[in-house]
Amino acid sequence: MLEQQLVNGVVLGATYALFAIGFTLMFGVMGVINLTYGVYFALGAFAALWSTQGLGLPIWAALPVGALVAGLIAVVLDTLLLTRLRKAKAPELASLMVTLGATLFLYAGMAASLGTEIRRFPAEVFSGGAYSLGDVRVGTTQILILGAAIVLMLALLALVRGSRIGLAIRAVAENPDAASLMGINGALMLRVVSFLSGAIGGAAGVLVGLNFNAIQPFMGEHMMLRGFAVIIVGGLGDLRGALLAGLLLGLAEVLTAAYLSSTLKDMIAFALLVATLWFRPLGLFGRAAAKRA
Amino acid sequence: MTQHDRALLTVAGLTRRFQGLVAVDSVDFTVTPGTVHGLIGPNGAGKTTLFNLVSGVLAPSAGSVRLGDQPLDGLAPYRRTALGLARTFQNIRIFSEMTVLENVMTGMHTRLSSTWGILLRGPAFRAEEREAKAKARDLLAFVGLLDAADTRAGDLPYGDQRRLEIARALACEPRLVLLDEPAAGMNPAETHALLGLLRRLRDERGLTLLLVEHDMPLVMSLCDRLTVLNFGRRIADGTPAEVRAHPAVIEAYLGTGSHDVSVSRGAVS
Amino acid sequence: MWEALDDFYWTYQSLIHGIGVNGILALSVYVVLAVGQLSLGQAAFMGVGAYTGALLSVKFGTPFAVSMLASALVPALLALVVGGPTLRLTGVYLAIATIGLGEITRIVFLNWDYAGGALGLSNIPERGGVPAIYGTLAVLLVGLTLVARSRVGRAMEAMREDEAAAGVMGVNLPRYRLVALVVSSAMAGVAGCLSAHVSSFIGPNEYGFEAAVTILSYALLGGIGSPLAPVLGSTILTLLPEVLRPLADFRLMVNGLIIVLAVLFMPRGILPWRIARTG
Repeated sequence: MLEQQLVNGVVLGATYALFAIGFTLMFGVMGVINLTYGVYFALGAFAALWSTQGLGLPIWAALPVGALVAGLIAVVLDTLLLTRLRKAKAPELASLMVTLGATLFLYAGMAASLGTEIRRFPAEVFSGGAYSLGDVRVGTTQILILGAAIVLMLALLALVRGSRIGLAIRAVAENPDAASLMGINGALMLRVVSFLSGAIGGAAGVLVGLNFNAIQPFMGEHMMLRGFAVIIVGGLGDLRGALLAGLLLGLAEVLTAAYLSSTLKDMIAFALLVATLWFRPLGLFGRAAAKRA
Repeated sequence: MTQHDRALLTVAGLTRRFQGLVAVDSVDFTVTPGTVHGLIGPNGAGKTTLFNLVSGVLAPSAGSVRLGDQPLDGLAPYRRTALGLARTFQNIRIFSEMTVLENVMTGMHTRLSSTWGILLRGPAFRAEEREAKAKARDLLAFVGLLDAADTRAGDLPYGDQRRLEIARALACEPRLVLLDEPAAGMNPAETHALLGLLRRLRDERGLTLLLVEHDMPLVMSLCDRLTVLNFGRRIADGTPAEVRAHPAVIEAYLGTGSHDVSVSRGAVS
Repeated sequence: MWEALDDFYWTYQSLIHGIGVNGILALSVYVVLAVGQLSLGQAAFMGVGAYTGALLSVKFGTPFAVSMLASALVPALLALVVGGPTLRLTGVYLAIATIGLGEITRIVFLNWDYAGGALGLSNIPERGGVPAIYGTLAVLLVGLTLVARSRVGRAMEAMREDEAAAGVMGVNLPRYRLVALVVSSAMAGVAGCLSAHVSSFIGPNEYGFEAAVTILSYALLGGIGSPLAPVLGSTILTLLPEVLRPLADFRLMVNGLIIVLAVLFMPRGILPWRIARTG
């Protein structure tokens, strides 16, 4: 049934878009593909899991906890890994490699300490029931996921495009040296961006964990392929592009799984990525500059 | 039109826009073979943009560039090198991990042709490598760096790095060398030595040079001809004496608040 | 005496194979790093080579030489499709596309019933062995050393140091990047084929993200001043878990940490000696 698939696709797409928008923000401002982003995603989900299980928090309260934890960890990791390279104005691939090594370290560490079995949220998290609209069933969880993803994305867009902090962030993205001459605290802005994108990644982890009700350390690793596809299709550093491309990918995956095959579903992201590189390397909107946050 | 026909470099109607700003605005000029041609103007006049358009680092919005009879439009930088265009950079860009000699030999890239010989090491390959090495040593001797041939290039003092960059550009066997502020960051003694070197390039090697430079005494005593830019437009063209007396040039350097002291002093004295 | 040597070989057989195969993989990632690019697809290329070679040997009984050749060609073709469009863009695009490639090859192997699906391929005939592995490694070491000491080696190092300046020297950047990527994927494919034919079994999960990052860590630990350096790096990292048994459980964490420390504090690796670039 097409309507039901469309609803599921939009919900899935919204989580992809949320995941990718934080990822692409980080690239747009810092000029670095930070692979530890997948770790924030998993850690956000785990933090929310603990707060529902251990503290008995409701899911709407666990979501900000997950985001906060992931955001703080993002700030710490960014400072540890990238400050030195930023000072030395090292090439972008050096930064990418550092985050790559850190990612392997963190995943292996998480697998060793948290175990690799799939964990699930407590049953009461899903006790909200579902609404029916004709033949289409929409779960309360789905509404929560969609609503939270939309609110977070709009808030981020509003912050980056419409506030003083956003202006400072964009100035740092454009030209860090000139921004510091204008009295903008560049180091602080980078921390703010690290926190924001880490928190967005963590929130996406909570929502995706909720959507599939499956949480484990490597969930971020598998999500990264989708993240890459979305930020390339949307155009590196392009927030609105990521939003649109995320929705597109979610819909495409759900429809493929429903009407073609579920194996093929997992290949859509990669096919879109390669097709974009061949035919539209600068992404959907094709804007030339890499830094457009 | 005779001068036009003999021109080594012909720039016609060259324009480059950046999001509404016109950095270079339909500029025309020609460079005559065997001369040193200077490109001057206040900061932000579009000199570096023009350089990047000629060397192919940037694509023009309109206009054309010709080297001799060969149109360069749309060619990648590496193709222009093969056709005889070489350049140096404003902020020195030598390969600092390589030795001085290897830097110069890298400049010969388009003039060497070995392929399978690299793996087979036949006599042809060895002869080519030997010749390249000898040529590179000649060039180093010419710029006065032969003693440093096996030094790591990054360990050279600043002035020597400039000279290495010039030797590396010469290794491309160019017809035209673009020099982007060769005297930038040099002390008076180093600038003086550079002046001598650039003159010898023209007089002993018959090379044609196009340079952007802020050091007016150097420009005035070295260049055969000058093109002056301001706000992306050509405002004057001629010998140093003509340009110095040109009212638009005096206006440009003194009138609208250029803060480049050395430039204004050089232009009016 | 011979008996003792024989015993030694049988005890450490898989380690001896591993050192040689990982040496080839280290050289394959070196070729890409040497032109200033980053490929995280080496494990995927290895996997494609391994499956290509093993499928040919198991299902069609082709001679080993044919399996080897095919295991070089198929990954090279894949490199063209995936890496080709990124060569005019910045290095970030190649890195991203090749990480994606790693994930997708795992999914394909996992779901490809003809190739055994999740169970992988077993009963791969034993071919090649030590002579083929170390012969290939030696040929590649010599070949890459000769290339380094030529105009091509100079152009490659120039690209790695300053791409724009190398372009102005007349180096055809897209072509050098493409050739480096294709050659390196073929090398990784051959390593996969050699390894498959000494281990009798291959599975879909052996060529994922961890393997790709581990291969990168070989070259980052050793350095890329000469072709010897990455092979030294791979040898150390292959021996390390054997020598320090307690480390074996934390092998991945160690590899990750080595990458971080190498990039931050030891950008030239443990063998910083650089080979002369003149012939």
